[in-house]
Amino acid sequence: MTKFDFLLVGVGGQGVLLASDILAEVGLKAGYDAKKAEVHGMAQRGGSVVSHVRWAEKVLSPLIGRGEVDYLLALEKLEALRYIEVLRPGGTVIVNDHRIPPVSVSSGGDEYPDDQRVRRVLSEVAGDVRFLPGVELARELGNARASNVVTLGALSQCLDVDLDIWLEVIAERVPEKYVELNHQAFLAGRRQL
Amino acid sequence: MKKLLSGNEAIARGAWESGVRIAAAYPGTPSTEILETFAPMPGVYAEWCPNEKVALDVAIGAAYAGARAMAVMKHVGLNVAADAFFYASMTGTEAGLVIVSADDPDMHSSQNEQDNRRYARFARVPCLEPSDSQEAKDLVGAAFSISEEFDTPVMLRTTTRIAHSYTLVELGEPEVEDRPEPPSYRIDTGKYVMVPGNARRRHPVIEERMAKLARFAETFPYNQVEMNDRSLGIVTNGVAYQYAKEVFPEASILKLGMTYPLPKAMIQDFAAQVDRLIVLEELDPFIEEEIRLLGIQVEGKIIFPICGEFNPQVVRDRAIEAGLLPGSARVEVKEPEKGPLPPRPPILCPGCPHRGVFHVTNKLKLVVNGDIGCYTLGFLPPQAALHTCGCMGASIGVAHGVAKARIKERNAAVIGDSTFFHTGMPALLNTVYNQGHTITIVLDNRTTAMTGHQHHPGTGRTLQGEETVAVKFEHLARAMGIEEVHTVDSYDLKGVEEALRACLAQDGPAVIVARRECALLPEVRRQWLPLKVNEERCNGCALCFQVGCPALVKSQRLDEKTGRPKAWIDPLLCTGCEICAQVCAREAILFRAQLAGNGG
Repeated sequence: MTKFDFLLVGVGGQGVLLASDILAEVGLKAGYDAKKAEVHGMAQRGGSVVSHVRWAEKVLSPLIGRGEVDYLLALEKLEALRYIEVLRPGGTVIVNDHRIPPVSVSSGGDEYPDDQRVRRVLSEVAGDVRFLPGVELARELGNARASNVVTLGALSQCLDVDLDIWLEVIAERVPEKYVELNHQAFLAGRRQL
Repeated sequence: MKKLLSGNEAIARGAWESGVRIAAAYPGTPSTEILETFAPMPGVYAEWCPNEKVALDVAIGAAYAGARAMAVMKHVGLNVAADAFFYASMTGTEAGLVIVSADDPDMHSSQNEQDNRRYARFARVPCLEPSDSQEAKDLVGAAFSISEEFDTPVMLRTTTRIAHSYTLVELGEPEVEDRPEPPSYRIDTGKYVMVPGNARRRHPVIEERMAKLARFAETFPYNQVEMNDRSLGIVTNGVAYQYAKEVFPEASILKLGMTYPLPKAMIQDFAAQVDRLIVLEELDPFIEEEIRLLGIQVEGKIIFPICGEFNPQVVRDRAIEAGLLPGSARVEVKEPEKGPLPPRPPILCPGCPHRGVFHVTNKLKLVVNGDIGCYTLGFLPPQAALHTCGCMGASIGVAHGVAKARIKERNAAVIGDSTFFHTGMPALLNTVYNQGHTITIVLDNRTTAMTGHQHHPGTGRTLQGEETVAVKFEHLARAMGIEEVHTVDSYDLKGVEEALRACLAQDGPAVIVARRECALLPEVRRQWLPLKVNEERCNGCALCFQVGCPALVKSQRLDEKTGRPKAWIDPLLCTGCEICAQVCAREAILFRAQLAGNGG
């Protein structure tokens, strides 16, 4: 049975939920059944955020079990590390090369893991680890906050879905004045992989 | 047309399609989006109430008056509304009445785990449970039919995973026409005035109603048997049905769309056809206990946990342990050695006005009795400024009790604006009446922030966007007889400190309204302006880090003398609230005005 299980992770405020909205809708338009699960509430910004998106002929559980995620999409490096064991051994990780240290790093004794450690640990589980400078690419286009859509663009290279579907769903999901920016952000990410 | 909807959106749609014209709620995760989705629909009336009890009374009144009505709340909201829930069961209503209870297994955003199916049985109210968004929509319609056919309120129980999962829904059109003329109110005091004499006559009617509903459950189309391999039979409900189908594709399944009352004959028949019977249900062994009472051998909580939320992995692992699945069914998980990872719990957002108030309560070494809202997160390090949190409105009563018990320190109650209206007001009245001297700090960020910015009686707008009276905390406090009332800007650390010192210096009850809009409100976002650190002045003293703002991080650059990292402000996160700038002893963090002077 063909199935695509995606886990999207990041920090509250980075746009994990918009990215997962787009991804679920693209699955439907590509002819799959799709479900999306996320948790709202508690802090609006700054906490760890996780969203599950599943595509298949028929999706049952909205949640993906550990070890069953095919694609881990991380908008922040520490969060990629935090959730890596959800990935099916040999699966794909796409990481926005961006660092948001939790407050316990500045005010407590915690250390933000260095890049070497992040890459080593991710590679132990994943068959394919891709980093992309999502924030830089988005900033070049005029808005650093579009790094979520840049990262989605990178993911799109791994999936056999028409580009038009992606662009159409993005246009439906973002405010009109940001459609062009998000299309450019998506294409910039797509060119990276 | 099919659309991807959350369970909450589907319930709103189902309510509209079923002809619900009046709905009332207090926001609460995971239920909030139901009313937010319903309110803009054509021809409906929807309101935020100060609390769930009022919301349920409003819905009951509407249903008494012949309009289909719905009250929506999170699981603990029904604790607040329980009084109304019980009398509504006793009286029944003229038109359909549905109470949506959104339970929160695993407490993603709650203070306790509770299984509100217990309330359904407790109050003799039928309980329906959807297993995806399509059923969430459809069961609203079924709930109204049942409510009217059996003259009973109906509970539609969801869980977080149903409420916030998006699955495909076939949209329909409204079935019911609007009433052309308002009907006359039907007076029936024997049914609707619950004095002991009338209530005694009503109770047997309710018991009889439940017996009829139990018979109805046997043919209720959302109670479904899927016979497959008979070696294992699974009785399940809600989202657990999806896990059952995924983890046990071969098993026979009895899915219960109505979990109270249960279809006893259907269960007996199903049990007789399978070799091993298990119940897969989140939280309490509710169905399991009822099946045991039928004298049927069944396993449930001996295999699957009571605490927390299920997912395919939890169900699969427990099933393997119990011998329901072979060890080969285990999914391979690779757990690399990651080394220590800094946690990233929910935290006060950058620019949160509460941060400033907590900085001052810490400075004055106050014991802080807190409440439910974003500000509860003030308990986290580095501020660690909030020391109790129980339920909505608890802060003021707890603070009064603490003060009456006498402690060395002074204490204060800290409560949000919306929470104050919810259940804080009677507690403040109690402090005044019983001559307490507690300081109550109302953190007025002009919105119900934690649930995603809903209006409340202090904001001047209703749920449907009408302009209305904006109730003032200062007026309420004075009307209750409190003389020591201060209003301060939460961002103004000096002002907050002066007000607190003034309150501490006198001996009566006091109220401080610490007012400043939530930094995430759209009109405030437009004014965000990231601050900057003057690296030459910063010596890495780390004082600013103690305010616990995520936008303040350690720079790569070390101070030459101290060897400590200087502060750096992440421009993607900083809103420019200036709390850190006020805390900095070396004037190394530039205020907004200085940024302009420096060319930005």
